[in-house]
Amino acid sequence: MSNAILVAGGGFAGLTSAIEAAELGHDVFIVEKSPWLGGRVAQLNKYFPKLCPPSCGLEIQFQRIRKNPRIKFFTQAELVGLSGGKGDYTAKIRLTPRGTAPHNVDFSLLASALTGETDNEFDLGLSKRKALYKAMPFAFPARYVLDGGTLSKSDMARVAGAKFVAPPEEPREIALNVGAVIVATGWKPYDVTRLANLGSGSVKNCVSNMQMERLASPFGPTRGKIARPSDNRAPLNVAFVQCAGSRDQNHLNYCSYICCMATLKQCLYLSEQNPDVGITVYYIDLRAPGRYVNMLEKVRARPNVSFVKGKVADVAQAEGDRVTLTAEDAVRGEKLTLTYDLVVLATGMQPSLAGESPSLPLSLDEDGFVTGGEEFGIFAAGCARMPLDVTRTAQSGTAAALKAVQTVRGR
Amino acid sequence: MAGKIGVYFDMQNIGGGLDVEALAAQTREKWGELAPVVKVCPVLARAVEEIRADISDKKLDGVLLCGASSRAECDVYRLPAQVEHVNLREQCVLSYKNSDGSPPDFSSGAPEDLVIMARDYVNMGVVKLQKSESPDPAPVAGVARILVIGGGVSGLTAAAESAATGYEVVLVEKSARLGGAAVNIPVTSPLAPDWSDKQSANLNMKISAVTGNPKITVYLDARMQTLSGQPGEFRATIATAHGPVSVEVGAVILATGWKALDDKYLAPMGLGRLPPVVSAAQFGRMLLDGNVSARRIGFILDTTLAEEAAPAEADEAAKPAEADEAAEKFVKENLENVRHLAYSNAVNSVGMLRLANSVCERDDAAQAFILYKHMTVPGILERFYKKMQDRPGIMMTKADVTAVRDDGGRLVVECKNTLLGMDFNLEVDLAVLPTGLVPTTAKEAVVQFDYRQGPDFPDLRLVDGFADSNYICFPYETRRTGVYAAGCVRQPMTMDACEEDARGAVLKAAQCIEAASRGVAVHPRSGDASYPVFNFVRCTQCKRCTEECPFGALDDDEKGTPKPNPARCRRCGTCFGACPERVISFANYNIDQIGSMIREVVVPKDFRKDGPRILILACENDACPALDMAGMRGRAWSPHVRIIPVRCLGSVNAIWVSDAMSKGFDGVMLLGCKYGDDYQCHFVKGSEICAKRKENIAETLNRLGVQPERVEQFEVAIDEYDKVPALIDGFVGRIMDMGPNPFKGM
Repeated sequence: MSNAILVAGGGFAGLTSAIEAAELGHDVFIVEKSPWLGGRVAQLNKYFPKLCPPSCGLEIQFQRIRKNPRIKFFTQAELVGLSGGKGDYTAKIRLTPRGTAPHNVDFSLLASALTGETDNEFDLGLSKRKALYKAMPFAFPARYVLDGGTLSKSDMARVAGAKFVAPPEEPREIALNVGAVIVATGWKPYDVTRLANLGSGSVKNCVSNMQMERLASPFGPTRGKIARPSDNRAPLNVAFVQCAGSRDQNHLNYCSYICCMATLKQCLYLSEQNPDVGITVYYIDLRAPGRYVNMLEKVRARPNVSFVKGKVADVAQAEGDRVTLTAEDAVRGEKLTLTYDLVVLATGMQPSLAGESPSLPLSLDEDGFVTGGEEFGIFAAGCARMPLDVTRTAQSGTAAALKAVQTVRGR
Repeated sequence: MAGKIGVYFDMQNIGGGLDVEALAAQTREKWGELAPVVKVCPVLARAVEEIRADISDKKLDGVLLCGASSRAECDVYRLPAQVEHVNLREQCVLSYKNSDGSPPDFSSGAPEDLVIMARDYVNMGVVKLQKSESPDPAPVAGVARILVIGGGVSGLTAAAESAATGYEVVLVEKSARLGGAAVNIPVTSPLAPDWSDKQSANLNMKISAVTGNPKITVYLDARMQTLSGQPGEFRATIATAHGPVSVEVGAVILATGWKALDDKYLAPMGLGRLPPVVSAAQFGRMLLDGNVSARRIGFILDTTLAEEAAPAEADEAAKPAEADEAAEKFVKENLENVRHLAYSNAVNSVGMLRLANSVCERDDAAQAFILYKHMTVPGILERFYKKMQDRPGIMMTKADVTAVRDDGGRLVVECKNTLLGMDFNLEVDLAVLPTGLVPTTAKEAVVQFDYRQGPDFPDLRLVDGFADSNYICFPYETRRTGVYAAGCVRQPMTMDACEEDARGAVLKAAQCIEAASRGVAVHPRSGDASYPVFNFVRCTQCKRCTEECPFGALDDDEKGTPKPNPARCRRCGTCFGACPERVISFANYNIDQIGSMIREVVVPKDFRKDGPRILILACENDACPALDMAGMRGRAWSPHVRIIPVRCLGSVNAIWVSDAMSKGFDGVMLLGCKYGDDYQCHFVKGSEICAKRKENIAETLNRLGVQPERVEQFEVAIDEYDKVPALIDGFVGRIMDMGPNPFKGM
């Protein structure tokens, strides 16, 4: 039997559940697939509606982890098996070695001297990274990771002679005894290559909303200057395509909750850099729940932003790497064909578990959201359960922590 | 007071050509017996066991780690002594540039300015530890009982979940029955997967789970009379029909929900003016009573008519008169306004779908028309929306509703800009208007705090009267420690979200009781065992600390002597920043400590030749990490600044500025969080209060003949690492133009 809690996923939901449970006196293990904690929110430039930086809240969460010996976290780790039952599980965790010393070393010089490069997944393909890298300035843990596959021949020689770097070894497995599990595996941006009518991801200067976050980020590929990927020029007119994949039976059979607000926020990013940039938002419904409506009204009041109710039928390449968009204005009943410097697809969120064969005794619905598990002491938190914004994710993570605590307490 | 300090240098993380052995030798020589252990470690992270051994063998009570930022390593340096870090990497070597702005060449050793800076920082670190004591926590009882105010769905859920977590519960409900607004909602929008079907609210089950639970005591027809004391040992006095009941509780969950927006706001849409126009709440009751005979029913979600007709905020009328003498008498500002309709749009969108569905279920021939501006059914509830869209009998369109009027005995809803390709007048038998959810906290001080700062939450206007935290990441933090809001009093939300919110609030309440019983802080400095200690002998009862505490932690007696409540305190230090007599201190953070660090800096006499000295007091939560990141990213700033992290700019005491000025510093920069409506300060008011105090400081400087521009505050967000070096250099440049501090060398 165990009073410890396992949290699968180190994004905002997982961090919240883990820290809240630990601060109530429980031992918690966080298992995170990527080399750092923070998840999707770490990729965001700002949060709506306050336009505050996500690293501000993450910094507090990381401080809470630093101070709390009850929280242990594993990065580059995956939950590969769960046996036993509620109150007494054995969780098998596969750990991929980091390839660098287990303490903080500033590898910036060595990293910049390497030649091998690969697509930077953190910037969603908008930049390249080296084999030895740290995805973000606020990386936690603040340690580099070595990706052996990206080392060039000359890199190998450099790395072989370097202090504190070890060639990656085989993954190893450990077992943890826990009483309850929180599934906070989060979400992934919907795969644009599946959106054939929206260019399948092959139209130049047609980016996703998550790519837009990276373009606007001070540590993104353009250091925060929003520019067209093809020529690094600031766009003069921009279109947002809402519900790119969402609210569509053939893709995501639900509303992704955040994309309207994310687009409004991105309208402000663009307007801040150029108050005259022309923006058109094509939408089915503008969903700004609760007091978020204030932000909707703020953006609507801007003279440079206009809104068209109507679904976008087609996105195609135009001359000069511009993008042509065809839409139906549902109120006027007109078909519109217009060309823009930059088109942003407000792609939806898909649960990370969609299409995966989960290693947990979990029931998922057809979209991949967790639908049960409570009776086994397994609780879903955040976007593994339903699409949510950060505030509601914090709520959800805290609520899941309570259920996990109840499970391991007072048995 | 740390009497024996071990100083450790981390070779691997220093660099910059610094002669670390020489730095160590100087440290030994200067601090002698205070620092019996001074070591240079090739890799500090591998020397942890050695440090542990030193702590026990040499009886060290403080350990100073000189190398990377304290943020760089997470769990390595948890040691049985006080630990301080000297940030020689990010904020010294990596951010170093020559005073003429040229990049340094470290190949022939460290430049002199860098050596001087490193030495200053190490000495400041030693003094910081010397003036620091291991805090002795002040635990309180930690009563394992949670007070839940409000008996609606959120309150019922909170009560049941608190009991299931092992706590006793006292539930206070204002009305004569439990259930709250849900009493009129027997069938709700989806509460569970697959999120596409209406569901029974199961209210009776929820109520009997509470009333039948021996751990839960319910008071009906009851209200809060006062809440006094502090987390872990609050004293709640509840006014009941049988007189007041007094009970001790550890934490409070505020689940008082909402009241419907006054009907007068909906009059422009016909409510109260035209008989067949009803509110959603009235319609819910009509459905329950089987009183709906209408067949063509319009559900109007577009509230533009009401919003446009609403009088411009009757600010002045609603605001309590600025009472000077009668400061004792609290008058609640009424924050109810027409905007609550707009804020409720998502709840109403879902609610109208639910009601339209009920109508069509009862009568196959019924027709429900939903007229919306924004159909806001976000997230997974889209599945419910789709199902309703496909339901025979329900018709929805976007429409600008420009009038609701009587046309010769028929009710007509004028619709423009619809999706049907035309404007039209919809004739209906009955029109249902949305409900504005006005949080109870907008109209009443529901908790009735018996606090020095008054019975209500402060600054609710900023959040339209909702008991919300105004933080994205930390939704449960109210301005009163130990009181956690859940449900519609915090945000308008559907029933499924209320239940989840209540669970989260229970966890926070339980956590707060636990923390109080261990004598440690809750969010954001969770686990901090320090707390403000008052030297009352020198207190002049000026009341600044009691007034400025952002969390209302301090009460006072008739004379105005502050009465601390450690368990209410969030440990920001705003109280000691306020204190002109400097009688407040934390064991490990105090006025003398920071003042001594300032005095430890060697200020050169020759301004032109050796450069100025500028003190930077930087918020450790946001500005300091931004400076770390700037260093990591190779951004450099003037070598003439010295940075001291502070818990919050709210803790900055004017004496530190005087200390710096009389020491000969030429300027002081205060780096803190954004303030205003979208504040980012983790202690809510710290940077704002500091900005106000700064004005007084500037006045004082002016009187002394010192240019007030020598002290400036700047807002730095945590992600402004690429901008902050230029901010520093700009300030240093202005100081250079001003010339030396006139008091230098005096």
